[in-house]
Amino acid sequence: MTQNSLGESAVQQEVQGKNNGVGANITQTQPLWLLAEVTYRCPLQCAFCYNPTDYDKHTQNELSTEQWIQALRDARKMGAIQLGISGGEPLLRDDIEDIVVEAKKLGYYSNLITSGVGLTEKRIQAFKEGGLDHIQLSMHDITEEINNFITNTKTFQLKKKVAAMIKSHGYPMVLNVVIHRYNIGHMKEILEMAEALDADYVELANTQYYGWSLVNRAQLMPQKEQIEEAERITNEFRERVGNKMKVFFVVPDYFDNRPKKCMNGWGEVFMIVTADGDVLPCHSARVLPNIEFPNVREHGLEYAWKESPAFNKYRGDDWMKEPCRSCSEKENDLGGCRCQAFLLSGDAESADPVCTKSPNRHLIDQAIEDSKNPQLTEKPIIFRTNANSKKYAEGDKERIEDFHATP
Amino acid sequence: MENDIQHADIYDLADHHRFQWEEAQNSFVILFPEGMVKLHGGAGEVMQLVDGKATVAEVVEALKAKFPDAEGIEADIVGMFDMALGKAWIKKVN
Repeated sequence: MTQNSLGESAVQQEVQGKNNGVGANITQTQPLWLLAEVTYRCPLQCAFCYNPTDYDKHTQNELSTEQWIQALRDARKMGAIQLGISGGEPLLRDDIEDIVVEAKKLGYYSNLITSGVGLTEKRIQAFKEGGLDHIQLSMHDITEEINNFITNTKTFQLKKKVAAMIKSHGYPMVLNVVIHRYNIGHMKEILEMAEALDADYVELANTQYYGWSLVNRAQLMPQKEQIEEAERITNEFRERVGNKMKVFFVVPDYFDNRPKKCMNGWGEVFMIVTADGDVLPCHSARVLPNIEFPNVREHGLEYAWKESPAFNKYRGDDWMKEPCRSCSEKENDLGGCRCQAFLLSGDAESADPVCTKSPNRHLIDQAIEDSKNPQLTEKPIIFRTNANSKKYAEGDKERIEDFHATP
Repeated sequence: MENDIQHADIYDLADHHRFQWEEAQNSFVILFPEGMVKLHGGAGEVMQLVDGKATVAEVVEALKAKFPDAEGIEADIVGMFDMALGKAWIKKVN
């Protein structure tokens, strides 16, 4: 799955309005989205996965069905309404049917975010009867070659079959396509494929660089001109099909001058429960140093959201440093992404380096230059495999150093 | 107005959308893949009556009866239909 699948496109005016109370220290008291990352196990090995590179150490000790059901109940009581069931590949668990039934009972609008591997007629039938609202399928390319290359698996034919199965059960067709150098040149064909599959929603999610995609950044990043062309093709397509298909084009922040308002603000609307029960305000928060994240085994979700030091740490703007602190635009993006700031500069409280006002913007410019450097772009891609993850679990810190600022 | 909303039109919630009351939000919401919108009071009143059976004229009459003191309410109601159709939250069924 992708960082974007619950990202910027997901939240509409309702949530946007919440942050207009300028200067308010703690703004939001309700999680609206609950993302249940029920397992980190995955049959695919995607080079762009945002999962932590050391996920292998979190694959043990998965929460039980009962623990997930309790988490769903607690989050619903607090106001969560959109539920994403994700991973890894959630279908590797055999209790998704039970989770779906409970979600329906509680009044969630539920979404299974899947690669399609493991989706059978029997299971989709059970999901339909259980009240699952929709299924979001990841697609990778129109060519078998690129699909199989980037996922490091032979899954192209299977995905086409699964897409047909989803449609035949009366589900909306929601496709998520992560965009990178290897498929960005096929934008027109990808959109035509979506149309042929009778897709209702298509998210073209330009890769953002966390976890595995950060490791493979130079190899994955497309050129600016390619992104502009892709966006032009997308707009042309939108005009042609009108509102029968909603197409989201998630702009890659590296090529922007201002950072994204990551997760719509830290601890504002999103709450993620990981496979082993950690509660996070964003997908990759565990990379941040000196934060202890609450775990559902020790405290309930209400504590995690309202009281835990982790969720309160970057709420509001008290934590900000210059140039964010006195910036007239700080309410627009809340200083950007804490994880990106840390991963690239080594300082989680600094401005997101994407911002041209950041003293670390050169790190982004350098990354863009690196993506044109054949010595870097021709290095082998490191796929998301258990073996690679085990290596990172031991040496991740050293690897991350590579991305740190050298002022 | 972008769409031509007629009094005799009948609308229903669009496929794969769900409309429900949210206690925690103290408002009606529309849910759909990848998002939700929270409706302000007036919009919620209109959407409650969008059921695939009532015409726009009937919705207007019902709300006029419910809120006799509200002036110029008809334009707001038609405006809500217009917006909801533009956003594809509702579909025309006749």
